[in-house]
Parts: sequence; C-alpha cells; structure tokens
Amino acid sequence: MEQTLSLFIRSIFVDNMIFASFLGMCSYLAVSKNVKTSFGLGVAVIFVLMVTVPINYLLQVKVLSGGIGGYDLSYLSFILFIAVIAGITQLVEMLVERFSPSLYSALGIFLPLIAVNCAIMGASLFMQQRIEMAPTSSQYIGGIGDALVYAFGSGIGWLLAIVGLAAIREKMAYTIVPKPFQGLGITFITVGLMAMAFMCFSGLKI
Amino acid sequence: MSKMFSKDNREAFFNALNFNNPIAAQVLGICSALAVTSQLKPAIVMSFCVTCIVALSNVIISLIRKTIPNRIRIIIQLVVVAALVTIVSILLKAVAYDVSVQLSVYVGLIITNCILMGRLEAFAMMNGPWSSFLDGIGNGLGYAAFLISVGFVRELFGSGCLFGVKIIPDCVYSWGYVDNGMMTMPAMALIILGCLIALHRYLNKNKDI
Repeated sequence: MEQTLSLFIRSIFVDNMIFASFLGMCSYLAVSKNVKTSFGLGVAVIFVLMVTVPINYLLQVKVLSGGIGGYDLSYLSFILFIAVIAGITQLVEMLVERFSPSLYSALGIFLPLIAVNCAIMGASLFMQQRIEMAPTSSQYIGGIGDALVYAFGSGIGWLLAIVGLAAIREKMAYTIVPKPFQGLGITFITVGLMAMAFMCFSGLKI
Repeated sequence: MSKMFSKDNREAFFNALNFNNPIAAQVLGICSALAVTSQLKPAIVMSFCVTCIVALSNVIISLIRKTIPNRIRIIIQLVVVAALVTIVSILLKAVAYDVSVQLSVYVGLIITNCILMGRLEAFAMMNGPWSSFLDGIGNGLGYAAFLISVGFVRELFGSGCLFGVKIIPDCVYSWGYVDNGMMTMPAMALIILGCLIALHRYLNKNKDI
C-alpha cells in the first residue's frame, strides 16, 4: 500500500511527464491557449494512458518477454505498443465525438494526434523499463495494479502541467512581450520557470 | 541530373534547414530535442538517427502513397516508422551501446516524434520519392542544427566539457569561474531553446512566419 501511494505521488510530482522528461510537448504547447480546452485534452490523455499502459503491461509480461514457443519477442515491443495506442485513440475519438461535440471541435487535429503524443508512448516505454528495476525501488512496477496507478499518476501530472500553463498564458495575453519572444519563445521560458519550480519536488522522499 | 536538383527540390531542402525549420517554425519534435541535449554526443547521435529515419520513411511512404487507403493512413505510417525505429534501435545497441543506454527510451520515442508524422502527412503523401528524400534530409538537418546548438551550450556551460573532454582550462577556474550546474537540469533546456527560437525569429523577421 505504502509502495503504491509512493509510486502515485512520485509519478505526479517527481517524475512529471512534462517537467522531468519532456514528454508530450507538441500538443502541450499548441493546445494550452485556454484552460477549458486544455482540461479536456488532459482528461483525454489520462483516459488513453489508463487504458493503454495496463494493456501494454500485459502484452510485455505475458506475450513479449515470456515469448511464444520460447522465443524472446521483446524487439517487437515498439510496433505492438504503437498499434495498441493508435487503436485506443481511435476509440476515444469516436467516444468524444459522440458525447461532447463541442470538445471534439475544440481539440480538432490534436485528438487523433494523441496517438503520436510522446507522453502516451513514453509512459509505456518507461513502464517497460521499470518492470526490470529492483523491487525495492520506489519506481518499480510489479503488477497490473501498479501499472494502472502509474498511468493515472502520470496522467494527472500532465493535466496539472497543461492547466497551469494555460492559466498563465491566459494572463500573459495582457502583457507586453518583446517582438521576437512573442508566442513560442516566451512560452518556452514560462515552461522553463515552471520546471524549475517543479524541481524542488525532486528531493521528495516518501 | 538537372531535374534532380530542380528549383522545387532545392527549396524543399533549404527551406527546411532555415526558414521553415521543423523546431523553430513548425514546433515539431520538441520532446526529444530537450531531453537528450544535456551533452553533445547523445545530441549528435540522436539527430543522426532522426535524419536517417525521416529520410527513409519519407521515401517508403512516398513510394507506396498511391496504394494507401486514406482512412488507415496514420496506422500504416506508424507501422513503417516503428519498423525503422526498431531497426535503428537494435543497430544502435550493437554499435554504440553506451550512447543507447544514455538515450534510453528516447530512441523508441522517435516513433512519436512529430517531425516524422508531420513530414509524412504534409510532404511524402503528395510528392515523389526523390523530393521526399531531400525534404527528409533537410528536416533532419534542421532538427540537428537546433539539437546540436542546445547540446553545445548546455555541455560547455554546464560541465565545461565538449564530448566529455575538458575545454575550459583550469586557470579560469582558479580565477573563480564556476560551472553552472543549472545548465544540466531540464529546466534550462527549455529556456535556452526559447531564446534560440526568439533569435531565429529575429533573424527571419523580414519574412512573415
């Protein structure tokens, strides 16, 4: 229980997807113009993460590393993971279109692009790495429950980061920024400052 | 030969290098640009891998572009890219094991690098193999230019080294110069990239981005 809680908190703050490993930057920068849309994208990312990471965990443990007929198939992991992710994203796209057309049009091209969002693929690849870690490490993923908790935590971390940046950018619209820095340049510097703030979690021991 | 380097092809190549740079102007492929640049060597290896994969996948997709059904094109593109990345990752483990350990998951993440999907969608689906190849190389090199400059600044000021060799002489340290440990942190990568993008915009300010 303690281990699970520690994994959860760590994946939100210490191993934050955006600030510690820069995953999912493209849509993070492009969609964070207002809080409402970015919240929608964050929830979609959490959902896709929570479905794909456990599926990929099972694939990795039961099929790839165990092997079919004794063959080690782990070199197929990239292709299998991305196929699972692309399939699930298609599903989410259909669900969002059915239940929330306004969010669907606001997210636009970025909804299908969740499939190529590094955060999703990255979570699966980190999960693959963490299976092999020592069981005493607080990053260890030892079962499908841990995989689910890790996915949920990283999703929440991503949501926090994008909503925070969107809130700052909404305020920033009223400030005067030097011409070359306008738009992207100042956004990067803002994210850098946010990352510095998040760095103080890195000594966190739970 | 003259057709091979026609005006359009040259434009596809040089535009991607400077004016329409994938990182500065199109904001694609930022994730890996930030994560692997704390030292120069992984940055160079990474940009080499990405350049090869962009060029090859551009050629493959442009060769089969007429047979791909429109609805499932993303999945086909992903499978082509994933296969290439698998090959590169295995090769990298065989040739340069220590760098591949340093790059860890970011080799696998080339699959989801937006430059690849962006170029495949925007260029290779509509153009012939040769110009797609040039476009791929151009974008790869444009990406490399940014990666290497960020890696250069971060390694030089963060640890005083380039390629792991001490560059800043000892006497400078005895005058009170201190390495800026902040540079090796993720946060500074974002700020350096922000400044580089602002510089790129300033240099290209006559053209409307």
